[in-house]
Amino acid sequence: MGLHKTAYRGLMGWFDSRMPSAMNAFRAHMSEYYAPKNFNFWYFFGSMALVALVIQLLSGMFLAMHYKPDSNLAFWSVEFIMREVSGGWFIRYMHSTGASFFFIVVYLHMFRGLLYGSYRTPREVVWLVGCAIFMALMAESFFGYLLPWGQMSYWGAQVIINLFDTIPLIGPDLSTWIRGDFVIGDATLNRFFALHACVIPLVLLGLAVVHIFALHDVGSNNPDGIEIKDRLGPDGRPLDGIPFHPYYSVHDIYGLGFFFLAYFGIIFFAPELGGVFLEGNNFIPADPLQTPQHIAPLWYFTPYYSILRATTEGFLIWIAACALGLGALVYLSVRDMRLRIGVGAATAIVLALLTVPKVQLDAKLWGVILSGASAMILFALPWLDRSPVKSMRYRPAWHKVVLGAFAVAFLVLGYLGMLPPNPTRTAVAQVGTAIYFGFFALMPWWSRMGEFKPVPERVRFVPHAGGAR
Amino acid sequence: MSPRASRNLGGMMARLAAALLAPMVLAHSVAAQELALDRWPRELAYDQAALQRGARLFVNYCLNCHSATQMRWNRLRDIGIDEAQVKAELIFGDQKVGDTMTIAMAARDAKEWFGKAPPDLSVIVRARNTAEHRGTDYVYTLLRGFYRDRSTLTGWNNFVYPNIAMPNILWQRQGPRSATITRTEWQEQTSPDAKDKSKGELVRVVSAFDASGNVQVSRAKAERETEATEVSLTPLDPKQAAAFDGDVADLVAYLNWMSEPTARERYKIGVWVMGFLLVFLLIARWLNATFWRDIH
Repeated sequence: MGLHKTAYRGLMGWFDSRMPSAMNAFRAHMSEYYAPKNFNFWYFFGSMALVALVIQLLSGMFLAMHYKPDSNLAFWSVEFIMREVSGGWFIRYMHSTGASFFFIVVYLHMFRGLLYGSYRTPREVVWLVGCAIFMALMAESFFGYLLPWGQMSYWGAQVIINLFDTIPLIGPDLSTWIRGDFVIGDATLNRFFALHACVIPLVLLGLAVVHIFALHDVGSNNPDGIEIKDRLGPDGRPLDGIPFHPYYSVHDIYGLGFFFLAYFGIIFFAPELGGVFLEGNNFIPADPLQTPQHIAPLWYFTPYYSILRATTEGFLIWIAACALGLGALVYLSVRDMRLRIGVGAATAIVLALLTVPKVQLDAKLWGVILSGASAMILFALPWLDRSPVKSMRYRPAWHKVVLGAFAVAFLVLGYLGMLPPNPTRTAVAQVGTAIYFGFFALMPWWSRMGEFKPVPERVRFVPHAGGAR
Repeated sequence: MSPRASRNLGGMMARLAAALLAPMVLAHSVAAQELALDRWPRELAYDQAALQRGARLFVNYCLNCHSATQMRWNRLRDIGIDEAQVKAELIFGDQKVGDTMTIAMAARDAKEWFGKAPPDLSVIVRARNTAEHRGTDYVYTLLRGFYRDRSTLTGWNNFVYPNIAMPNILWQRQGPRSATITRTEWQEQTSPDAKDKSKGELVRVVSAFDASGNVQVSRAKAERETEATEVSLTPLDPKQAAAFDGDVADLVAYLNWMSEPTARERYKIGVWVMGFLLVFLLIARWLNATFWRDIH
């Protein structure tokens, strides 16, 4: 009959014999995907990010039904959704709070990667795709933030687009091309809507699928940072692995309960979160003739914004000193003569661009370069980390301090980025910037220093309370 | 990570954070020199009578120059003003109860007359929320912050928003007041024989405005070392001024409600959602424990 041989009966059998790939995919990614049984708190955030993506797609779809991407109508159409559309306020708050939660979850998900070395061999592709998702997410939120067409939308976009102005030669043309006009206007709003509601969501969705496929090819890492596929049972399954479904599907639903409590708690009781999730200024319609006193991007961009602002004229000499030190360190660490010449030349060029008059780039452009680099450097992580073990558990205690310092520097930069600058804050942000980049730039050296603890052969697992019964 | 290790990590991170944040806390306390705002009585937020009084004040005083284009007349039923009352007592023109609160003045004319079109007030309280203050407190203080000043175009000035384009539209309710504004400000040396022109000194400038807006300015050496503004307003009739404070509190209650008419519904539903999620969490917890019982 040409039908596929099926193990299922009834309707399921009818369907499976005609499209076996559906159940094959379910088995490959759910019921027969073996995940380490020792996942802890930090492993909730992957599936939560997927939930956040779905929430944003659905709530965004309903918003798009009433939103008007027109510079005369956009602001009031959002207020219309808030007041006149049944449940519109709920959908809107789901979307605005959802954006922030997406970033919270993704940042925690990435920190998990740092903690347990989830980017190390064989998971480099998983990590790279994840970084690409992060980039797409930043683009998505940047485009989306213009759409309410409030003062912060307008001037935030103004600040970011003007960054492209600093690029030599093509800068001004490039920013005009991005805006579609000489100022941010209707053309900008319309293209940002198209990108936000159509292009980037598709990219995000596609990349999320690739991220999961790439992960399921190599298998999940775990808090012990050991490969469960190295120890297979007689049935060919990892001894420390358990089927994702039902064990982790119920586990993640449990975790989702906490996520929802926080998420809906904010939606219903503090949707503005004191101006962090929804800024007061953004309830004023965009006015190209009136610049707000203090412009800050939303909180998830503020660490990079802080790095941008910290790069002042006076900071360049410090960057030059750091570049020189790093160049010397790399020079002494590599043996190959050609590599050494290359390193020397690169260092010389960077130093010239930082210090030599007439050749030097201005501080604003260096700020753009550094804040761009601060996000892009994540892509290099798998090759920067030279530690013999993956997980922080078996690395020297002071490695945890280094990671902690990095996390604190990131949070402090984020906090400072929300405040108007003053000399003290700029100085603190410069220290934060140094810690941020030092963490990555010096990783090839510090990550292999110190005494490492022996890594166990099997994962450490304490059965849940239910297991003892 | 073992619990012990993670405790250590947490402790270390806390210490690091404290070390990094210490200079910022200091910087913050020095930098924050915002004008102290009066606190709007928050208990009025859902006070039906206050909201209704506020709505009447709003329609009678504000809704001539300011619009509220997102506010439908018949939505006032949410604060207990029904359609018949709206028609009889609040709508003066030929508007229908399903219309929004628009005004006859064209923005173009307004700009010519006042120098700036009066903003729409639909979401004004939310728009005035900042990290430093609540929008309600800001509007409450602003509307009570006018004083007579003959030097301005309208004859009114405001200590919250100096040289505001808006006149004190509620002055008849408030009654006359005199104002003393004490500014400690940086004054650059302008005398030609001064050696270094960039240098200046702090001076204390006291501007005493009488109830008709005539001002007497006196200058003296500064008594403090930072710039600051102190304001003292003295009503000629304290009783009337106190009643006026109550009026403005009602008006702000209305403006606050109008900024998000769905807020009350949001809180009400929220309680149920939280309850549901707690039950969901308990079931999910039980489900999780049941499945994981056979993992050793």
